[in-house]
Amino acid sequence: MCADTVSLIIFSPVIASKAKAGQFVVVRASEEGERIPLTIAESDAAAGTINLTILKRGKTSSLLCSLNKGDYITDVAGPLGIPSEIEKFGTVCIIGGGVGIAPTVPIIKAMKEAGNYVISIIGARNCSGLIFEDTIKKYSDQYHVCTDDGSMGYKGFVSGFLSQYLKENPGKKPDRVVAIGPVLMMKAVCDVTGPGGIKTIVSLNPIMVDGTGMCGSCRVEVDGKTRFGCVDGPEFDGHLVDFGLLNSRLNIYCDEEKVSNEKYMEKHECKMKI
Amino acid sequence: MQNENLKPARKKIPRNKIAEQQPASRIKNFSEVELGFTTEQALLESERCLMCKKPKCTDGCPVEIDIKGFIELIKEKRFSEALEKIREKNTMPGICGRVCPQEDQCEKTCILGIKNEPVAIGKLERFLADYGIKNSKNNSQGDTGLKNNNSKKIKAAVIGAGPAGLTCAGELAKMGYAVTLFEALHKEGGVLVYGIPEFRLPKSIVEGEVEYVKSLGVEIKLNSIVGKTYTIDEILESGYSSIFIATGAGLPYFLGIPGENLNGVYSANEYLTRVNLMKGYLFPAWDTPVKKASIVSVIGGGNVALDSARTAKRLGAEKVYLIYRRSEVEMPGRIEEIKHAREEGIEMVFLTNPVEIKGENGWIKKITCIRMELGEPDESGRRRPVKIPGSEYDIDTGIAVIAIGQGANPVLTQTSPDIGLNKWGNIIADDIGKTNKKGVFAGGDIVTGAATVILAMGAGKVAARAMDNYMKTGVW
Ligand SMILES: Cc1cc2nc3c(=O)[nH]c(=O)nc-3n(C[C@H](O)[C@H](O)[C@H](O)COP(=O)(O)OP(=O)(O)OC[C@H]3O[C@@H](n4cnc5c(N)ncnc54)[C@H](O)[C@@H]3O)c2cc1C
Ligand SMILES: Cc1cc2nc3c(=O)[nH]c(=O)nc-3n(C[C@H](O)[C@H](O)[C@H](O)COP(=O)(O)OP(=O)(O)OC[C@H]3O[C@@H](n4cnc5c(N)ncnc54)[C@H](O)[C@@H]3O)c2cc1C
Ligand code: SF4
Ligand code: SF4
Ligand code: FES
Repeated sequence: MCADTVSLIIFSPVIASKAKAGQFVVVRASEEGERIPLTIAESDAAAGTINLTILKRGKTSSLLCSLNKGDYITDVAGPLGIPSEIEKFGTVCIIGGGVGIAPTVPIIKAMKEAGNYVISIIGARNCSGLIFEDTIKKYSDQYHVCTDDGSMGYKGFVSGFLSQYLKENPGKKPDRVVAIGPVLMMKAVCDVTGPGGIKTIVSLNPIMVDGTGMCGSCRVEVDGKTRFGCVDGPEFDGHLVDFGLLNSRLNIYCDEEKVSNEKYMEKHECKMKI
Repeated sequence: MQNENLKPARKKIPRNKIAEQQPASRIKNFSEVELGFTTEQALLESERCLMCKKPKCTDGCPVEIDIKGFIELIKEKRFSEALEKIREKNTMPGICGRVCPQEDQCEKTCILGIKNEPVAIGKLERFLADYGIKNSKNNSQGDTGLKNNNSKKIKAAVIGAGPAGLTCAGELAKMGYAVTLFEALHKEGGVLVYGIPEFRLPKSIVEGEVEYVKSLGVEIKLNSIVGKTYTIDEILESGYSSIFIATGAGLPYFLGIPGENLNGVYSANEYLTRVNLMKGYLFPAWDTPVKKASIVSVIGGGNVALDSARTAKRLGAEKVYLIYRRSEVEMPGRIEEIKHAREEGIEMVFLTNPVEIKGENGWIKKITCIRMELGEPDESGRRRPVKIPGSEYDIDTGIAVIAIGQGANPVLTQTSPDIGLNKWGNIIADDIGKTNKKGVFAGGDIVTGAATVILAMGAGKVAARAMDNYMKTGVW
């Protein structure tokens, strides 16, 4: 697995038995820690475990990525958010980019089990960023890989691949697209699917605190209306989302995040180098 | 009503003033503003009480504390017993003594208050609670010894660990039920921990009250969001005979004006949660950040707005505006908090309402406000603010905090459609907390809308009795 991405298997029987595709948990890594949302990538009700796949970005994600087998996480709350809409739509195209690949896994599974023809398009910077390949392949009728550097599959972004695919297969317009990944990627996918009127669902990642609708930190604008990402989402109709606002709000704490991260790195430098 | 109880010829003692941190220094820290009565002050203050034959003070207290009774015990320096007297009716005196709007409750009806300043009932209550903590070995909190797990067979559930839920859980545990308290957040206390700031209610006091409830044998399940982690029906099916819902009024309202989603615009809930629950004022030692600016504008006029404004000051703002659409007399905040806010240099901008928030590069820069005048009284009896056309002007600001009220959070009720709600989404419950769903009771802010700590506690207590009755008789 990619060095910057770590999967944690957490024992939480209640959440494991409840989790549905598209839902997330809020995690606190230490007593002084932030509350951060993480998607439930896989859940195993029988074993009582959930899988959280985390991209190392700032302090909290780094701290989580540095955990060892047997360690505890201070708090895990969930499952939160409205589950993905799963139905037999016909042909469903599911697109995951970067760490956004992880949350597509339960959706791909559920869409396949609901009887859809599933086209998975997975994108990463390079081949080492491709995660959950086996599971995705198993539940997909078509599996396409895109890498930024062309080290595997299509060279370029998932949106570029999608555009090409739609042109080459004019008769096989998907009935629905689900896109999860960086904001720019989701926006690019929506730009591709917009003209053809293909319904496109995106999973938004606004900054959250409680994850239960209490604070409004996670405000997003959809169809000109303010919605709370944590309780009204995280999935929304991508053609109605104000991605500019989402991007802007994701940068609110840039300066503070830098301070936190530098402080963390100082303390953990030796550990990080190993 | 005439003051027939008033005894003549008493030595006139002025109401004792509580020691406070001075404004210039307290705006630089988050420590408690009020320092509490000394023993001498408490004794002197107790002397002021007229020991009325028909004490009106108790009528003003929502949980009917025997105020005259506990003051009499203070006079006799029997502090532990005085504390016990309060605890008969109120298990959280350390909290109520600090945050009750006494001027509208017990002290409003105090007979001494007719001609004089009322007895400082709240401050005396706080004194006793603090005394109890200092001397915890010989007070009831330390040695309740009520952990008789063996006799606990009937299970009861409480949802939400705010003042309503904690009180109800404590009462049920004392009656011998096996109580599980489900709380969505990672810490107990509700608004007491995420909303009311440290400088007004130290979190150690709340922790003390939580410990007391735990010592009664209540099992607390944190990080458990009912409606998501569990549903009401699942809880009932898993062997709980009765449920008390006390999920509060946690949904923040926004103004619905342009620019409200700009960076730097907070709901009071988010602002206060970041600072209090997540300890944002200790960033970066604690991880959760909160934005700071030299000019902060808070919209609203209640306790929540005052708490936000005073928090902004302590986070280093040079100028803090409190923008309120009515005038000072209509402000719902506690008089003491308004006074404290003024002393701390909060600038009150009355009869003014924001109409738009303007930004640059995604960040808030100005609030466009319109001046208001007071028109005819509305349903609440207060004069309705009316816009003065053409009076718009801009206020420069780096951060805005919207503190115009909270509604009912629908996370729980969405998954229990069979529980009756009113048009605002509040659960409908009768005066003993009964909802329309068998076995399910509710109380506190989720029923009344945003109210007070003591009313929430009162509701928890009343419901506990009703639940006991229901669980014993099965009669709904
Ligand atoms: C519903 C949802 C599901 C998510 N699922 C995953 C997942 O499965 N795997 C994964 O790696 N990441 C996921 N994220 C993003 C993840 O929460 C952030 O990467 C994480 O909070 C970063 O914290 P940090 O301290 O490491 O980084 P920081 O240095 O604090 O921040 C890095 C960036 O992360 C974002 N961020 C910071 N704090 C928060 C917060 N409290 N809530 C949300 N975003 C924040 C901001 O854009 C910020 O610029 C999800 C986000 C949401 C909203
Ligand atoms: C900033 C602020 C200042 C205030 N100042 C004062 C004051 O000075 N004096 C005063 O008397 N009153 C004051 N109030 C009002 C007072 O705090 C409330 O009326 C009181 O806390 C209500 O108590 P409650 O138990 O009903 O709800 P809350 O205190 O809101 O507690 C509800 C609890 O339920 C939990 N919860 C919610 N949903 C779920 C769910 N689905 N599952 C599990 N748990 C859930 C919440 O996390 C919370 O812990 C203030 C309020 C605020 C916000
Ligand atoms: S609980 Fe509140 S209202 Fe009752 S006596 Fe104490 S301070 Fe007064
Ligand atoms: S507190 Fe006021 S009303 Fe109560 S007994 Fe004393 S003087 Fe009378
Ligand atoms: S994270 Fe607080 S309301 Fe969504």
